[in-house]
Amino acid sequence: MEAYLSLLTKSIFVENMALSFFLGMCSFMAVSKKVETAIGLGVAVTFVLAITTPLNQAIASLLLKEGALAWVHPSMATVDLSFLNFLIFIGTIAAAVQIVEMTLDRFLPALYNALGVFLPLIAVNCAILGASLFMVERDYSFAESAVFGTGSGIGWALAIMAMAAIREKMRYSHVPPALRGLGISFYLTGLMAIGFMAFAGIQL
Amino acid sequence: MQFVRDMLDRAAPLFEEGGKLHKYHAFYEAPDTLLFTPPTVTSGRTHVRDGMDLKRMMVTVVAALGPVIAMALYNTGLQANLAIQSAGAAAIRDDWNTALLHILMGDSGVGAHDPTSLFGNVLYGALYFFPILITTFAVGGHIEMGTAVIRKHEVNEGFLVTGFLLPLTLPATIPLWQVAVGVAFGVIIGKEVFGGTGMNVLNPALTARAFLFFAYPGQISGDAVWTAANNVDGFSGATWLSRAAAEHGALSQASWMDSFLGFIPGSMGETSALACLLGAGVLIATRIGSWRTMVGVVAGTVIVASLLNAVGSDTNPMFAVPFWWHMVLGGWAFGTVFMATDPVSSAFTNTGRLLYGFGIGALVVLVRVVNPAYPEGMMLAILFMNLFAPLFDYFVVQGNIKRRLARSHVAAHH
Repeated sequence: MEAYLSLLTKSIFVENMALSFFLGMCSFMAVSKKVETAIGLGVAVTFVLAITTPLNQAIASLLLKEGALAWVHPSMATVDLSFLNFLIFIGTIAAAVQIVEMTLDRFLPALYNALGVFLPLIAVNCAILGASLFMVERDYSFAESAVFGTGSGIGWALAIMAMAAIREKMRYSHVPPALRGLGISFYLTGLMAIGFMAFAGIQL
Repeated sequence: MQFVRDMLDRAAPLFEEGGKLHKYHAFYEAPDTLLFTPPTVTSGRTHVRDGMDLKRMMVTVVAALGPVIAMALYNTGLQANLAIQSAGAAAIRDDWNTALLHILMGDSGVGAHDPTSLFGNVLYGALYFFPILITTFAVGGHIEMGTAVIRKHEVNEGFLVTGFLLPLTLPATIPLWQVAVGVAFGVIIGKEVFGGTGMNVLNPALTARAFLFFAYPGQISGDAVWTAANNVDGFSGATWLSRAAAEHGALSQASWMDSFLGFIPGSMGETSALACLLGAGVLIATRIGSWRTMVGVVAGTVIVASLLNAVGSDTNPMFAVPFWWHMVLGGWAFGTVFMATDPVSSAFTNTGRLLYGFGIGALVVLVRVVNPAYPEGMMLAILFMNLFAPLFDYFVVQGNIKRRLARSHVAAHH
C-alpha cells in the first residue's frame, strides 16, 4: 500500500509529466487560456491515462513482451512482438479517446465545444503515450500501471490548471507585443518548472 | 532639499512632451517621485484621498527590513570573526573586502577580527553586504530604467524592495558577477517580460535566487559558503539545518535562543527570526503584509512538522525536528514575513491567502525533511505556491459566485 502511495506522489509531483518531462506541451500551451476548459481537458487526460496505461500494460505483458505468448502454445515462447508496442499503444489510446469524446458530446456539449480539436488530439498527446512507454521501460505491474497512469494524469491536470489560472490573471499584465500569447507561455512554463524543482531529488 | 527641487524643476521641461529628452522621461520621473511627493493627486469623484500609493507601500517594506539589515551587517561580521578567532589566521579570506578591512583597522592579522567588537563586526559585515547591495541596485536599476524607456512606462519603486530582499537572501561570499547575473535574470525574466512591477507571477527576488541556486550551486549551497572565512580545521561553516539533517540530535548542541536572535551562520539576512518578527509587526500594522498568509504558513509548519514528528524515522534525523526549530532555522522567518506576503505573487482573496500560506508552511517542512537534495526548502516552497496562488483565487471566487447565486435564488422564491 505504501509503495503505491509513493508511486502516486512521485508521478504527480516529482516526475510531473508536464513540468519535469515537458510532455503534452501542445495542448498544455493551447488549452490553458481559461481555467474552465483546462479543468475539462485535465480531467479528460487523467481519465484516458488512468484507462490506457493499465490496459496497455495488460496487452504488453500478455501479448507483446518477449515470451508473453507462451500461454498460447509452448512453441511461441520465443516470439517477441514488442516492436508492435507503439502501434498497439496508440490504438488503445485512440479508442479510449473516442469513448471520452462520445461521452462528452452526449453529456457535456459545452465542454466538448470548448475543447474543440484538442479533444481528439488527446490521442496524440505525448504525455499519454509517454506514460505507457515509461510503464514498459520501468516494468510496472498492472496495479502499478493503474496508479502511475492516474498519478501522471492528476499531475498533468494540476499543471495545466495552474497555468490557466496564471494566464487568466495575466490578462492584467503588460507583456511586450512580440511575446504575447505563446511566447510568454514558454517563459511561464520554464518558470513553473523551476517551482516544481522543489520536488526534484526526492527518493520514493 | 530646496536646491534639489529647483534643479528638478529646471530640468522638467526637457522631459515633458515635446521636450528634447521626452524619450527619457523615466530618468526624470524616477528621482522626482522618489524624493518628493508627486504634484498630481487623485481628482474627480473619488472618496478615498489617501497618500497610500505604491511608493509609500514599498518604502514601508524597506523600513520594516531595517532590523533585518542591521542584523545582516552585524551577524555577517560576527560569524566571520568568530570563525577566524577559533581557527586562526589560516581562516582569514584572501579577498579585497578583507584587505580593505585590514587597512581600515590598521592590523592585518587575527587582531583585526575581534568578535566582541560591535564596530569591527558591523564594519566587516558592511564590507560584504554593501558591495552585493550596490551590485544589485546598479544592475537591476539600469535594467528597470532601460525597460522603462523602451516600453515607455514610468519607473516605479517595485525594484526598491526586490533590490533589498535579494542581497539579504544571499551568502556573504557570493561572487559579485553572480549577483549581477542573478538580478538580471530575476528582473528581466521574472518581472519585465510580464510588464513590470505588479504584473509578475513569481516573486522576482526569489526567481533571481532560484536561478543562482540552480545555475551556480557551488557558491550558494553546501557548507563552505555561509561564513566569510576559509574552511579550515577547527571550524565548520555548516548551517544548523544541514547539521540537523546529517546527524541525530545535532540540534541539542545548538541554542534555540541564538537561532531566534540570529547569531548563527546562514544567508546574510535570514538568520534572525527576531528581526523578521519585528518586520512582521510593521507589515501587519500597516496592512501591507497579509497576516492571513503568515498565519497560514505558521499553521502549515506546525501541523506538518508535528505530523512528521509523530511518524518518526530511524534513518532520517530531520523527522524528529520540532516546529519551533523549523521556525528559527534557515529562511523560514524571512520567507514567511517578506517573501510569502509579496502582494503581487501571493493569492489575492482572503481565503486564498490562508490556503496559500498553509501550502508554503506544509511544503517547506516536507522539502526539508523528505527531500535529501536540499537542506532548505523555503525558497522553493514559496515559488511553488506562487504558481498555485491564482488557482486558489479562482476556486475561491467561483465558490463565492455559486454561493451568492444560490442565496439570490432562495430569496427570489420567497
